[in-house]
Amino acid sequence: MRPLHPVSPGIRMVLGILFFVLFVAFWAWITLGGHVNRIFLADPLSMLRDGWRLLVEDRFWLDILITIWRVFGGFVLASVVAVPLGIAMGAWKPVEAFLEPFVSFARYLPASAFIPLLILWAGIGELEKLLVIFVGSVFQIILIVAVKVGSTRRDLVEAAYTLGSTNNGIVKRVILPANAPEIAETLRLVLGWAWTYVIVAELIGSSSGIGYMIINSQSRLATGQIIFGIIVIGLIGLLSDFAFKAFNRWLFPWSLA
Amino acid sequence: MSKLLIEGVSRTFAGVRGGQPVKALMPIELAVAANDFITILGPSGCGKSTLLRIVAGLEAPSEGRVLLDGKAVTRPGPDRGMVFQSYTLFPWLTVAENIAFGLRERGMADKERDGIVASYVDLVGLKGFENHWPKQLSGGMQQRTAIARALANDPEILLLDEPFGALDNQTRGLMQELLLGIWERRKKTVLFVTHDIEEAIFMASRVIVMSARPGRIKSDVAIDLPHPRHYTLKTSPEFSILKARLTEDIRAEAMRTALVQQG
Repeated sequence: MRPLHPVSPGIRMVLGILFFVLFVAFWAWITLGGHVNRIFLADPLSMLRDGWRLLVEDRFWLDILITIWRVFGGFVLASVVAVPLGIAMGAWKPVEAFLEPFVSFARYLPASAFIPLLILWAGIGELEKLLVIFVGSVFQIILIVAVKVGSTRRDLVEAAYTLGSTNNGIVKRVILPANAPEIAETLRLVLGWAWTYVIVAELIGSSSGIGYMIINSQSRLATGQIIFGIIVIGLIGLLSDFAFKAFNRWLFPWSLA
Repeated sequence: MSKLLIEGVSRTFAGVRGGQPVKALMPIELAVAANDFITILGPSGCGKSTLLRIVAGLEAPSEGRVLLDGKAVTRPGPDRGMVFQSYTLFPWLTVAENIAFGLRERGMADKERDGIVASYVDLVGLKGFENHWPKQLSGGMQQRTAIARALANDPEILLLDEPFGALDNQTRGLMQELLLGIWERRKKTVLFVTHDIEEAIFMASRVIVMSARPGRIKSDVAIDLPHPRHYTLKTSPEFSILKARLTEDIRAEAMRTALVQQG
């Protein structure tokens, strides 16, 4: 095979689907073929059966909705705080000098380790779940946005100055639009991480949501339900990612033209 | 009175890691008359771009000062339009919006702005491309837009830093004629930095030749070739004589730089 040689769209799709097929086939072979104990791993068919029963009888779709709400709620909260801060840090170096050391430190604090504290402060209600996602996302977004904004093309800034821009004009009409697509891409990336935080938040001290269903199923050894829950998370993540990507493309046609 | 006065402007860069400071520009004296087209010609590294950036206000001189219409330059401003060698169109704005940028920053009403933008789109021959993004344009078209963007602001002086340096030879020739044609019709004071001898002669009413590091003015040559100039001028005997003279000047400088770099 020639390195870096592109592959046609048709073959790309076939290959992409092929992996899923092989993966499920392998899973079916080890489970239905009796190579692993059924208690520890359900086969694909009973996974689907369990999933169907969850949706129809146990109103699992309510859990799905509540998890989605938590992810987006926490994510929007984090974005609203982090994006302006990140832009301020990237644009004005004293602000960066003031905040960057703390944010870099806070970024390494694991969101999941905050859960006990957050439960003490905010109880086990919705606020606590939102806060877990907030803590997990906000510092990441601040730092990435600050770095992107800080690396704004200097020649564009200089060009704007020679066209009469003021300092505020530079921020509003050069730095912001120049970095908007990258900021949107950053948010798309962090939204993916938010999905992992929400499940952790729901595994501890929760009575609803996909994560709660998963931990609940563990005690009943319902591995089919657990796998179904994980797949649902994956599918929703994939869908929101596609939607986000399409939205960015629609919003910033100039960056792809 | 001179439009632009460069008085004893020098530039020294601080030494790297405690090394000796580097003198990039020896004190420069230059007076530019209104509506003159001046090209600054020199080998790479002679500080000609630094000089232009000081006039633009993008860099501060270590000594001396720049006066435009008698007022000292302290920062960049719309009275000194600039065209850069790199493509600096705002990628999120269309051609028309790029040309309108300076007028918008000034807070000009939409209607008035649209008229000016349309006239400059026309001037640089980009009719039909008003709504294209910069990415969809060739290098030559991008630089045409950049020239229109700078001119639409109606600056007192137009500064160009090797604006055609990244273009292929044919496009470069066409761009020279386009810019010269605009200047012949709409008189403007122009400072044009280049390392291309033919370009320097063809465009200029006066060529300033700069020496290698530290940069200083080596010669100041008036170009009395008649206007309007046609590209065939480049093969005329008068042109060849000027070219031979400047080639000799520049060659000596280029060789000195090469020797310094080897040693």
